[in-house]
Amino acid sequence: MDPAHYSSSPERIEVRVQAEAFQPGQELDRWCALSVGAGAVASFVGLVRDLNLGDAVSALHLEHYPGMTEKTLRGMCDQACDRWQLSSLAVIHRFGDLLPSEPIVMVMASSAHRADAFSACEFMMDFLKTQAPFWKREQTATGPRWVEERASDTEAAARWGAPT
Amino acid sequence: MPLRPSRALKNESETMIVIRYFASIREAIGTDVEHLPFTAAASTVGAVLDLCRMQSERHTAALASNKPIRAALNQTLVSLEVAVQDGDEIAFFPPVTGG
Repeated sequence: MDPAHYSSSPERIEVRVQAEAFQPGQELDRWCALSVGAGAVASFVGLVRDLNLGDAVSALHLEHYPGMTEKTLRGMCDQACDRWQLSSLAVIHRFGDLLPSEPIVMVMASSAHRADAFSACEFMMDFLKTQAPFWKREQTATGPRWVEERASDTEAAARWGAPT
Repeated sequence: MPLRPSRALKNESETMIVIRYFASIREAIGTDVEHLPFTAAASTVGAVLDLCRMQSERHTAALASNKPIRAALNQTLVSLEVAVQDGDEIAFFPPVTGG
């Protein structure tokens, strides 16, 4: 089946960009409750690393571009809903100060088909990594440093085709 | 010509463009927002980047052409050849690292 042939409009899209911590378990319970009848909910949770490029990371500051962040994430949700048959899609992303192991990002996709739900989560994360205006600044033993882009992230986004 | 994202709201000062900097570029320049007059020299995002580079030595260093710089026009990622209009909001920043 070609996912591009689907054109269902989703029941719900939720985009949250927040400084406050969130609890993935609670969010998933809530999303499952909202997804009655969907058949499948796939989710992804990203956590702050305590090690990067061989150095211990004691804290993370996440800068973003208010307005553009929400607009970009919303656009990605719309693209995902065009590509796959989803009944709902949520993305939560934090900004500000975070500590290692704290949840930083969460994506939840509900669908009648598990393959669509899995694909939508992967697509959202791959595109978010290369398109959403967030910048990480790590605190290490030798001082703060801005995180640089990874070639592997660019390659991961490229497999979905050019952004529109 | 690539499509031009339009701005959601008109700025009050209609003869200016708004420039925003983020992350390491913001830090190196020492400011997060500037206003430049909208002139014939600011016809594209790339031309605006050239104008920004000339603002000070810090700008020249932070926006050096050998650095990876991404641009947004009215809060949408764009390439440097996209046309700029009066009142537009343009942002320059390093490659994003969220997620």
